Amino acid sequence: MPARMSSRAPAGFCRSLPELGLLLLLVFVLLQGSVFPHGADASADTSHHGGDGCSSTHVKEINRTKKAFPVLSFEYEHIKTPFEVSIWVLFASLMKLGFHLVPRLSSIVPESCLLIVVGLLVGGLSKLIGDTELPKLDSKNFFLVLLPPIILDAGYFLPIRPFMENLGTILMFAVVGTLWNAFFIGSLLFAVCQIPAAGLTHLGLLSCLLFGSIISAVDPVAVLAVFEEIHINELLHILVFGESLLNDAVTVVLYHLFEEFSVFGPVTVLDGFLGVISFLVVALGGVLVGAIYGIVAAFTSRFTSHMRVIEPLFVFVYSYIAYLSAELFHLSGIMALIACGAVMRPYVEANISHKSHTTIKYFLKMWSSVSETLIFILLGVATVGGPHNWNWIFVTATVFLCLVARVMGVVGLTFIINKFRIVKLTTKDQFIVAYGGLRGAIAFSLGFLLEHEDEDMKHIFLTAIITVIFFTVFVQGMTIKPLVELLAVKKKQEAKRSINEEIHIQFLDHLLTGIEDICGHYGHHHWKDKLNRFNRKYVKKCLIAGERSKEPQLIAFYHKLEFKQAIQLVESGAGGKLSSALPSTVSIQNIQPKKPPPAPETRERVLPQLPKAREEEIRKILRSNLQRTRQRLRSYNRHTLVADPFEDGFSDLLKKQKMFELEKKIKEMNNYLSVPAATSDSPTLRRARLASDPQSYNVKPDADGVPTIQVELASPQSPDSVNIVNIVDEVKRDREKDEDMGLTMKPPSAPSKQGAEEDAKDQQKLMRCLSDPGPSADEGEDDPFLP
Amino acid sequence: MGSLQSSPSHPDYVDLAEKTGFSLEQISILHKRFKQLSHNEDKLRREHLDQITDLQANPIREQIVEAFFDKRNFYQDIEEPVNEINFENFLEVMSNFRPPSDNLSEEQLVKVRKEKLRFLFNMHDTDKDGTITLEEYRHVVEELLSYYEALENETARGIADAAMLEVASITRGHMEPDEFYEGITFEHFLKLLEGFEIESRMSIRFMNMDTTTLCKLECRSE
Repeated sequence: MPARMSSRAPAGFCRSLPELGLLLLLVFVLLQGSVFPHGADASADTSHHGGDGCSSTHVKEINRTKKAFPVLSFEYEHIKTPFEVSIWVLFASLMKLGFHLVPRLSSIVPESCLLIVVGLLVGGLSKLIGDTELPKLDSKNFFLVLLPPIILDAGYFLPIRPFMENLGTILMFAVVGTLWNAFFIGSLLFAVCQIPAAGLTHLGLLSCLLFGSIISAVDPVAVLAVFEEIHINELLHILVFGESLLNDAVTVVLYHLFEEFSVFGPVTVLDGFLGVISFLVVALGGVLVGAIYGIVAAFTSRFTSHMRVIEPLFVFVYSYIAYLSAELFHLSGIMALIACGAVMRPYVEANISHKSHTTIKYFLKMWSSVSETLIFILLGVATVGGPHNWNWIFVTATVFLCLVARVMGVVGLTFIINKFRIVKLTTKDQFIVAYGGLRGAIAFSLGFLLEHEDEDMKHIFLTAIITVIFFTVFVQGMTIKPLVELLAVKKKQEAKRSINEEIHIQFLDHLLTGIEDICGHYGHHHWKDKLNRFNRKYVKKCLIAGERSKEPQLIAFYHKLEFKQAIQLVESGAGGKLSSALPSTVSIQNIQPKKPPPAPETRERVLPQLPKAREEEIRKILRSNLQRTRQRLRSYNRHTLVADPFEDGFSDLLKKQKMFELEKKIKEMNNYLSVPAATSDSPTLRRARLASDPQSYNVKPDADGVPTIQVELASPQSPDSVNIVNIVDEVKRDREKDEDMGLTMKPPSAPSKQGAEEDAKDQQKLMRCLSDPGPSADEGEDDPFLP
Repeated sequence: MGSLQSSPSHPDYVDLAEKTGFSLEQISILHKRFKQLSHNEDKLRREHLDQITDLQANPIREQIVEAFFDKRNFYQDIEEPVNEINFENFLEVMSNFRPPSDNLSEEQLVKVRKEKLRFLFNMHDTDKDGTITLEEYRHVVEELLSYYEALENETARGIADAAMLEVASITRGHMEPDEFYEGITFEHFLKLLEGFEIESRMSIRFMNMDTTTLCKLECRSE
């Protein structure tokens, strides 16, 4: 391995450091396995040699009297388990880092493959050394510790709309497809086993069916790992991914069914019937348990406004308890987790603070990433370590049958499904769905859990499972990306939705509901509309605190869009491109109607007075700027981590604003959503703006109805605070309208209604959208803010 | 309402099927519904549509009803104002919501898309002058947002303005400060919703089986 690593790295110095680090780590790992257990005895600390007889005590006493007080002692047993766990986690993360340092590797080979290879190497190395203390992919650890974060991450960020729209298709694939796979593979394998040459005649039908049920399920971890890198269109992604999540119920039921039956003999019709009932109970029960916990979590989050720090904890703990509760009753834990995350998300996100939202996002992504890495590495290790029983016929038959079953299942089901779909699935789609049926660690763990089989059979199964996993992950995982390119499958739409599209989506929703009502049949839209209305009327009032329950989707979307654009404006600076990339100089004044609006009096009003709330707001901003340093220190104390609405974005933004040239800023501002509203006649203000664009200040807009983005920059000549103070004084003196300092997004609201609370709410809205650039896998935020 | 009337071999149906593209079963079911709505009369009026209770909760109810009485949506020229429509017109309007058939060529798909967008455009353009002005667009957004109670007018106008600005930016690009963007023409509208896949979004499944008896229809006493 050292040789390979150094040959990969060019002669640069900086490249050798991570390699060095990895080498050191590797040495450490091996040492721990081989040396340390023996080294523990060398400790002079006598606290845990309790098992020894009195001779050792005698020796110890002699030791004690003879030796000096041990200044430095070595005690490994004490910290063994957490230490090893930490080392493994660290190792996994360093591996992940390492892959991205090598330039082209990560684009050819998916990460999952690389991690398995690393696991293989580690396993191989430690076997060479003769150490058998490697951590196994213990089923208990896997199902209770490693799997939940991944599933929660998937469930919490599940794109609800496409999921619900395609739910029928997904369910068909998940339930019927998995059943078909299981029975087809199981029965044909049984047929294969009957061939005397294979020497497998001791495998009964039920054992084969059990094996079939284990191997048939598409694995969410593997699918996630591979599909995330290929960026196919949303429909295909949600189909394969949704299927991998929902087939857990089927797998659980089949597994338990066949395990029971293989022990207890012949199957009757009653058993089959009970099996079907069991399936319904498992699936629906799991969802119900998850939904209940989700609602409780949402309700809890309503009251957390005074204790923002622990908000993420509720999300995680409730979800985990939901998973465990479902597992308690042998219900489908995965479905419970998904239901919990999906149900609680809209309400929790409306209630929690912006920082908690970011925290939840990052923690989930981090945990799921680490889990996934560990799973793949341990899979590699287990491959090398685990007892194998290689049977050529069985293994090849398994691989072959898996492929065939998958293809046949997908094609057959699509044929039926297409009769009911508006958007049909093309052959290309079918191919991708079939090809994306990857198996993964869940199958392996289920195989590991087999108790009732004899050892020989279990090993045969495990070997076959591992081979299938390797085949799907390596062969299919590596080739799916070039195939997607080759077949020119539609890729994920990177473009953000425009306001017009958003408006029309909602418009179409209502339109189609209306048409369905006129036609007189209760279709898809009708029920969706009913659910939405129910949600709005009752549920939201219950679960969401305060004012935010009334915020409609279109407005939230609009605010978000504007804030993003405003931030991009600020961040892009000189020479940067705006998101629309259109050099348009259209501004608000171009679209105003030429005829005077029906209320001409509003135009006639020359200079409205600065409303009191605006003044208050300006003062708040000033305070936050001047107290920047103090606030930063205070935030380190986690007990007073108050969500200060002004701490977050303003100070950073203002700092960045200082760095950019004013002229370009104003010009770009004029290009997009510009409103040259704050016409000031005050000389100080003019100086402050360094306006080179006179036309932006000539027009007196109909400022009431138009949102204003004012990027008010402090002049570079004078220090920040002083200038702003000057400006504010000017403002207060001149009693002019709308001098919003810094970057303020305010939906223009009637001045009469304004209270400080309203401002705070708006500021909060602003804050919530000035989020850190999250990982790109998040559905709602495709592009990072920083270009 | 005899069942004989809705037999698929009704001669008019074949004609209509060709014109609108519905299947014969679908037409007979829609005819049944038409008769149910119009209380067995031949002509449907606005009041009949207003009786549908489910429609009352719809924020864009007015525009939907108007769309049925909009002469631009009919194939033949009718004198304005249209106060009552017959079954053929009803079907013509409904045919805009038919999902596109499976094996359409690229140009046919574009044609279908254009027709559906044309229908949408007509819905927005209430004064029938061929452009969607700012006021009309504002009206659309306000209607949409009237669905939610606690709303300020300013926000709705702000959204509409921003949307309009977007259209102008996309279609006109460079504009002098004193130029005026009159409104969204149909070409601009097409360009705006190019990537929207309207042919699949703006479709509902028309039943081949009769389910109209399941839907409740409250008849107000006359």
